[in-house]
Parts: sequence; C-alpha cells; structure tokens
Amino acid sequence: MSATTVTLPATPRVTLRLVLWGAVLALALIPLLNQLPESSALHVGDFIVSVTGKWITYAILALAIDLAWGYTGILSLGHGAFFALGGYAMGMHLMRLIGPRGAYGHPVLPDFMVFLGYQELPWYWLGFNFFPYAFLMALFIPGLLALIVGYLAFRSRITGVYLSILTQALTYALMLAFFRNDMGFGGNNGFTDFKELLGMALNTPLARAMLFYASLVALVGSYWVCQRVSISKLGRVLLAIRDAESRVRFLGYSTTQVKLFVFVLSAVLAGLAGALYVPQVGIINPGEFSPGNSIEAVIWVAVGGRGTLIGAVLGAFSVNALKTWLTTAAPDLWLFALGGLFVAVTLFLPRGLVGLFSRKVQK
Amino acid sequence: MKRHLSGFLPFLLLCCLAFAPARAQDAFTTALPGLAGSFGQIAEAVEKLGTSADPRALPLLQALQDGRLLKREDGTLLIQTAAGTTEVLGGSATEAGTAEAVRVNNRVRGALRGALGSLQILSTDPDERLKAAEAVFRSRSADNIRPLETALSRETVPAIRTQLELSLAASRLASPDNAVRLQGVAALAEVTDQNARALLLETKAQVPDLARQIDAAVAKIEGRLRVRQVVETLFQGLSLGSVLLLAALGLAVTFGVMGVINMAHGEMVMLGAYATYMVQEACRGTFLAPVALPLAIPAAFLLAAAVGAVLERGLIRYLYGRPLETLLMTFGVGMILQQAVRLIFGAQNREVTSPAWMQGVMTLPGGLQLTQNRVWIIVFGLLVLGLVVAAIRYTRFGLEMRAVVQNRRIAATMGIRTGRVDALTFAFGSGIAGMAGVALSQIDNVSPNLGTGYIIDSFMVVVFGGVGSLAGTLVGALMLGVVNKAMEPYAGAVLAKVVVLVGIMLFIQRRPRGMFALKGRAAEA
Repeated sequence: MSATTVTLPATPRVTLRLVLWGAVLALALIPLLNQLPESSALHVGDFIVSVTGKWITYAILALAIDLAWGYTGILSLGHGAFFALGGYAMGMHLMRLIGPRGAYGHPVLPDFMVFLGYQELPWYWLGFNFFPYAFLMALFIPGLLALIVGYLAFRSRITGVYLSILTQALTYALMLAFFRNDMGFGGNNGFTDFKELLGMALNTPLARAMLFYASLVALVGSYWVCQRVSISKLGRVLLAIRDAESRVRFLGYSTTQVKLFVFVLSAVLAGLAGALYVPQVGIINPGEFSPGNSIEAVIWVAVGGRGTLIGAVLGAFSVNALKTWLTTAAPDLWLFALGGLFVAVTLFLPRGLVGLFSRKVQK
Repeated sequence: MKRHLSGFLPFLLLCCLAFAPARAQDAFTTALPGLAGSFGQIAEAVEKLGTSADPRALPLLQALQDGRLLKREDGTLLIQTAAGTTEVLGGSATEAGTAEAVRVNNRVRGALRGALGSLQILSTDPDERLKAAEAVFRSRSADNIRPLETALSRETVPAIRTQLELSLAASRLASPDNAVRLQGVAALAEVTDQNARALLLETKAQVPDLARQIDAAVAKIEGRLRVRQVVETLFQGLSLGSVLLLAALGLAVTFGVMGVINMAHGEMVMLGAYATYMVQEACRGTFLAPVALPLAIPAAFLLAAAVGAVLERGLIRYLYGRPLETLLMTFGVGMILQQAVRLIFGAQNREVTSPAWMQGVMTLPGGLQLTQNRVWIIVFGLLVLGLVVAAIRYTRFGLEMRAVVQNRRIAATMGIRTGRVDALTFAFGSGIAGMAGVALSQIDNVSPNLGTGYIIDSFMVVVFGGVGSLAGTLVGALMLGVVNKAMEPYAGAVLAKVVVLVGIMLFIQRRPRGMFALKGRAAEA
C-alpha cells in the first residue's frame, strides 16, 4: 500500500510454487502420520484424515467453480448438481458392489429396490458394476448435462444473474426429482452402507489413505488443468469474456463455444470431486442437490479469492475448517458466520483472502 | 263448478286430517306387540314403525337402539330415560322392576337404521334431517320411497332437498318395479356426484334390463363431473398462481424495477408470516382477536419494509452495478435472518389460525366446492397487485421511482433524492413480500425456512413473465399456477414442478426476455 511495504525477495511466482508444493507435501503426510502409534506426538487421528480428504474433494469443486466464475464470469449456482451427479454415479457403483450382502440378500438388486418391489435392474443401472464405466459416467453425466444446459443458455445469451437463477432452478429441479422413489436412485435415503471399492473394504485405514491420495492426485491434476487453461490464449479470451462479453463477440470470437467448453470442463471437474467425495463420506442423498450447497461452494471461492486458482483451494479449506470447528463448538452460530462471510466478502474483500496477500506482494 | 270444488276441497282436507292420525295410531299400536317377540318379529315391527310417521315411533326406536327399551314378562313395553321409566302405551310412570331390555341382532339393527332414518327426515332439527337423508341414501330400501316423498313435500332447506332427492332416487333404484327404477335413474342422471355414478353402475350389474338407460345416465354424470373437475383444477391453479403472484410481486419491484437481485426476498415473506403470528398472539383473548388477520397486513408490510430499508441503506447500495455480488450478499443476509428467527421463535412450526369468516367451504351451483381461504387469497393477490400498480402509476413516489429507473442522473438534477427513492423502492418491494407472508401463513407452515420454498418459483415467474413488467408477473404467476395444478393428477406434484422448470428453461430459449419483454434501450441495461 505505502512505500514502507517490504517487497519479497523472490519473485512471487516462484514463492507461490514453493508454498503450493509444500502444502501438497504436508497434506500427503497426513495419512502417513495416521499410521504412527497413538502415543506419538505426531499422530494424526482418523477424523482428521477423513475430514481433510473430504475437504480436498471440496477444493476440486471450488476449482471448478472458480474456472467458470472467477475466470469466465459464469456464476453457476448449480455446481452442486454436477458434484452430486458424479457422486451418484460412484454411489451406483458402490451399491452394485454390495451384491448379496444387503439386508435382503438379493444377489443383484440393492436393498431399496427390493424394498420398492423392483423385479430387475433398471436399464440405466446396467454396467455400473464395472469401475471404469462408473468412473467414466461420473465425469460424463455432469459433462453432458452441462453441455445441454450450457448450450441452451449461452446460445440465447442468458448471462449474469439470469444464468445464476437458471442453474439454481436446475439443481432444485434435480433435487425434487431425486427425492422421488420411482426414479430408481433410492429416493429420500439415497445410497449408503457401502462395503468396498476396487477390492478394498471401505472402513479400513488403507482404503481411507488410498482415497485420500487419489483425491490429492485429482486435486493436483485439476489444478494443473485449470492453470494450463488459464495461462493459455484461451485463458485470455476467458478473462476478456468475463470483463466485456459483447466486445469479445464483436471481435469475432465465438463466445458461446468458449463458454460452453469452460462450463463443461468445470462440470466434469465437479463430477470428479463428487465421485471422490462419496466413498469417503459413505453416503449420497438428494440433499446434495439442495441449492444451498451450491451457493455455499460459491462462497468458498469468494472467500479464498476468485480469479485465482490458489484462492479457490484456500477458500475451500479455510471455510470448511471454520465450518467443522463451529458446527461442533457453537452450532447456532455457524449460519450467522456463513451469512456474515457472504456479506463481509462481497462488501470488504472482493478479492478474497488472496487479495490480502497479493496486494503486498505486488506493491 | 269452481265454487263447488272450492267448498269440497277443505272438506277433503278435513277428512284426511281426521283419518290420518287414526290410521297412524293403528299402525303404531298394531306394530307394538311385535317388539316383544322374536328377532324376526322385532325387525318386522321396526320396519312398520319406520313407515308409520307416528311422532311416538322415533323416541321408541331410539330407546330400542340404545338398549333402553324394556319388556315385562307379560309383554308390556317400558322406556327407560334419565328421568325414570314410563310405559310405552299410555305413557304413565312406573317401576322397571324385573323387566329386561329388548335385545337386538344384526338384522334388527339394519332395520333400525333405515327406520330411524326415515323417521328423522321428518325431524324439526335441520342438521338431523340432513344426516338422516344421507343415512337413507346409504341404506337404500324401496320402503323408504313413501317417507322420502312425504319429507320432500315439506322440506324447504335447499341443501336438504338436494340430499333428499338423491336419497329418493337411490331408494327408487332398489324398487322391484322397473318403471319406478327408471324414475330413479332419470333423477340421478341430473346429479353431479361420484356416489350417484357408483350407485348407477351397481344397479346396472343387478338389473341388466336397464343397462341402456343407465349407461346414458352415467355418461351424462361423467360429462358434468369432467367439467366440474376442469373448473376445480382451474380454481386450484389460480389460487396457487395468486400465491406465486404475491411472492413474485415484491421481486418484480426490487428485481424488475431496480435491477437488484434480492435472495433474501423469501426471508421477507417469512418475516411477514411471523409478523402475522405475533399480531395473532398479541390479539389473542382481546376483542381484536377476530380481526387479527386484517391487522396483521399493515404490521407485516411495515416490518418487512423496515428490514428492507435497513438492508438497502446499510448494505445493498454499496453494491449497485454488481449484480452477482448483490446476489451472494443478500443470500448471506437471508441466512442470517433465517437463523435469527430460528433462535428467537424456535425451529418448530408456529400455528396461525384462520378467522372463522375464512374457514369452511363455499358451495357454488353445480356442487362446485371452493375452500374459502383460497378464495380470499385470490382476492387478496389481485388487490395487492392493484395497489402496486396504483402506487407506481398514480403516486408521487411512483413517479419519482420511474424517473430514477429511467435516468438516474437527470432525475437527480431535477431535484429527486435518488438515494431516498432507492431505499423507499426497496422497502416497498420488501413490504409487498411481507404481505405475501400474511397470505402464506394461512396455507403453509410458519417456519423459518418458509420463504426458501417460494424464492425459486418467484424468480421463475418474474423471468418468465418478463423482467420489469407487472402484467408479465400477473400472467406468468397465474399460468405457472394453472399449468402446475393441471399436470399434478397425471405427473404428481414433484414431477409437475420439474416439468414446469424445464419448460421455462426451454421457453427462455425462444423469448429470452420473458413474455412481456421491455423494448428499447432499457432492455439491454
């Protein structure tokens, strides 16, 4: 701000990279520290492992939202839907793997289908017993939905708040639909009681660590992809669309195609996050589609600092850390705090937490 | 000749009056000994008494039904009441002694129901007559034709007459004579009622000879039932539409006119509902209790408007021109309001009772039944719409508001305090939401998340109708309401909602600016 601010010795880019790799390494240590005997001072509890693993998937979702909102100006209030669809695809795989171990002991049908009187698997459940197919679907279905919705919306130039409301209505409609029993997705209760994934029993430390590392790899990969996109020529176009879409269109760019690409990529990342989330928390239900979830994810990005990838990740971790702490320490206060974050960030911190640091760095 | 007749008629009447009681007395006294006999004899006697139209028969049969009819060994019948025991014949007081109760079996009970029904339709109490008429409809016996005809000739209350006619037609169907049956079929064909249809179909199975006539009658009934169903769906749709209209009107002002996305709009509705609850509690037990609801309307408006004004001056005005930030910020405000209300009033639902004049069902000609409070909500919705239109079009505030919307700077140059107009406009929109809360408290649970269920629908209405157009809001709300209700029987409530949402998304493809799009420069802003 003023002349007294000390400029950091190294160039910001290098420092940032060091900090990032340091953070990834620190995260990677968590499951290892969990293996230490409990008497050890460095021992990390099971709870920390599972909760951090969950946050990592949230960070991927935040990256996806940031790519669409922070870089391209598409504020989707329905990204929770893509996340949940990815989760449901993975959940279907996990349900199929339960096999005859369900409460009703039916060789193929999941418990809720037996309960609802299904005679055979609905066609859209076929193939989900193969992991590669289920995993592909976890990415494909959200991408396809984003393609359809995005095509319809961008083609007729629905932008700004209209798009936000539209996407919110979308996730709301999906929530209502998934609450129905006859959809064949477990209705109200969704999927739970998962047993195993890729041959690992889910409740073992090994499975927990493996899922943790898978999520971490996915986070690093997503970060890399988003960074590639953002520093490419396409990334420049994205920023231009965010700041003055009509002008970009007049310059001859097909903004519809560019936005569609980003929106679909973002949805696929959200689906990936959902697919990694479900085996770690062991449940998926229609509540994941609730509009509140999507908008909460948007606030992670806003808190961290939109338009910067590191901000999205930072926001996802910090807001969720606050949530985990507050919902146990003072549950009544959490919604006040979350609401207050919305107000404070939009009014006082438009560039988020990252804005606090980078201002010093750049002066 | 005429003169001759006019002299003859009173004479005839006199004869009837003189003879009728005598004959009835006969029927009553001759039936009595049967009550002391076997079950079969009792049932026969009960049936006879039922058609006797004798005033003493009703208390006697009621006593039999309640087990208060006693018989001595010699066959004398006694009625036991709280006041004491009396003899049936002669009515003198006596001691019960060793007399035991006359017992009944199922056959007797069946006969009793019919007999009591045909006696009660002559009762002086209208409620009892109506109930009896309904009971006779269910018991359906050809023996009831005569008493029903008598009752019908005397009845003056329209609702009871309708039921009596229905019961008479039903009893005629049970007659062994096809000509009488056809009379019943013809009468039932004129009734718009599911029961009549079911009854006709039942008779058709028993009496195949009349199949052709019955089919024609059933087709007539079904045609009218369909019409009635369409009208009913339309009414339900309009009532849902007016709820949406109320919820969306405030948005049409804040979003449509000011361009401010207020995600806390649903919470303004919720505050209005809680204001209604508070006014009701404050009025409870005082002379104001019956008018608590009308009193709640200004209270809800003022509370929501005050919160809206504070919100606009304190927070929103710093974010003008940044709609996405406004959206997020107001969402946060909504969360805080919701949680605050949850902490103050508790998470459980609060009960807001409807005043007596809003309860009950309104029956229109053709048997169409409309719930009273839904009718009131439609009226209220249109009233509020009228007020909003009038406020925008005819008041100084409305003029200033339109001026600021059109061109803020020039409006300021003309001496309009634009900041004040912004605050008032936002307060106005929020206040309308508060009034919507009064209406919603009548049909929905008053809970902290009351508003969340309506916010998305309201936005859909505004976007569908055309942002900035009140006419669009009206048409959009009513259309969405009717389409929703029309699809419910086929698709179920949830799927209907999903289909409507998808439908709107596709509709926006063709008309991105809604049905009533603003034209010109303002549209691109």
